[in-house]
Amino acid sequence: MLFALLLDVSLAHLGAAIGAGLAAIGAGIGIGRIGGSAMEAMARQPEASGKIQTAMLVIAALIEVIALFGAVIAFIVSQKV
Amino acid sequence: MKKYKLSSFFKYLIISAFAVLFTVINPTGVLASEGDEEEFNPAELINHHILDDYVWHFWDGHYGTIFLPVIIYSDDRGLEVFSSSNLFDEDHNAIPYNDYEYHHSYLASTSGREFIDVSITKNVAFLFINSGLLLFVFLAVARGYKKNEGQAPRGIQSLFEPIIIYVRDEIVKPNIGPKYERFLPYMLTLFFFIWFGNLLGLLPGAANLTGNIAVTSVLAIITLILVLINSNKNYWVHIFNTPGVPWWLKLPVPIMPGVEFIGIFSKPFSLLIRLFVAITAGHIVILSLISLTFIFQSYTVGFLSTLVIVFINIIEILVATIQAYVFTLFSSMYIGMAMEEHH
Repeated sequence: MLFALLLDVSLAHLGAAIGAGLAAIGAGIGIGRIGGSAMEAMARQPEASGKIQTAMLVIAALIEVIALFGAVIAFIVSQKV
Repeated sequence: MKKYKLSSFFKYLIISAFAVLFTVINPTGVLASEGDEEEFNPAELINHHILDDYVWHFWDGHYGTIFLPVIIYSDDRGLEVFSSSNLFDEDHNAIPYNDYEYHHSYLASTSGREFIDVSITKNVAFLFINSGLLLFVFLAVARGYKKNEGQAPRGIQSLFEPIIIYVRDEIVKPNIGPKYERFLPYMLTLFFFIWFGNLLGLLPGAANLTGNIAVTSVLAIITLILVLINSNKNYWVHIFNTPGVPWWLKLPVPIMPGVEFIGIFSKPFSLLIRLFVAITAGHIVILSLISLTFIFQSYTVGFLSTLVIVFINIIEILVATIQAYVFTLFSSMYIGMAMEEHH
């Protein structure tokens, strides 16, 4: 039963897609938190908004890469089976 | 009130136009009736783009493909140089030549001989183009500094001066510390190499240079070597006898030193994976969206995905810059950590 389940190719594709989606959810939460905090910080201290914006973009790019990890791994998994 | 009605009328018009396009003008039926049409495989298209190749393919037909030289060294035959056009017949099907067989991103020997392949592949050719462009631009900038010494920058020099100053003052100087000047030439080269590579890679028909794991590995290994060469005693004390950690984490089982030792290699590894994934995934996303048009074979999907592709492309320009920034930032941070004096 388990062996048949493991051999099922369509399940591997499903797993790849779910994995990419989970990575995207995580990155979405992360970027949302950064955006929210940056907005708050800019509202409290409008004169520092330039610096906050730069830092926000850099950290958002770092988190975006995590979501892209998911996309690349899902791509590789969906190809190898 | 009248204005509201007009705009809602236009909204209905646009929605119904899309509905008509989506349902009526759908060439799926036409193509299906042709029968022999090859099934579209998006994974193959994407792989063709993100992997290395022995030819530089722009379009099908005459003059659409640049055949790059293949350079092979083997013990029994010595150095062999031939054009990769020998590996294909007239219909662009792969054929074996001189015992070498073409597989998309590598060559294999039909009789199982061993050889070293140092061919000018698509990525290598693109690396030369990138380096040539860098040399051209920055030699011009350097000439500008010699000519207008003590004066305001002119021409292309004034375009790059703010970026050079930014890299120096915001990335290298605060992170490396007082001895930053020695590393400035390399850090500037690193930043502009990655930035130009990322931006050129976004052009249609370009190779995936900075999204190639070999290229990013070399950049990360250079950072690792710089860290190891410039590390001082304080850095190694921090690794093997980490201060502020309870003694039972160091003796008898060296848990903390082990973790710190792995950290030496995991830092450049994170650098290489980050750049590789960010650029490769950007290309995969854009190509997947382009593939949607061919999967659905619909004008509406084509139009909408074009809008999304333009948007993603603009984000990719941003990502190209940020990845160059981040790579340079973390490289200088690691070097700065290795050179930090005890305080």
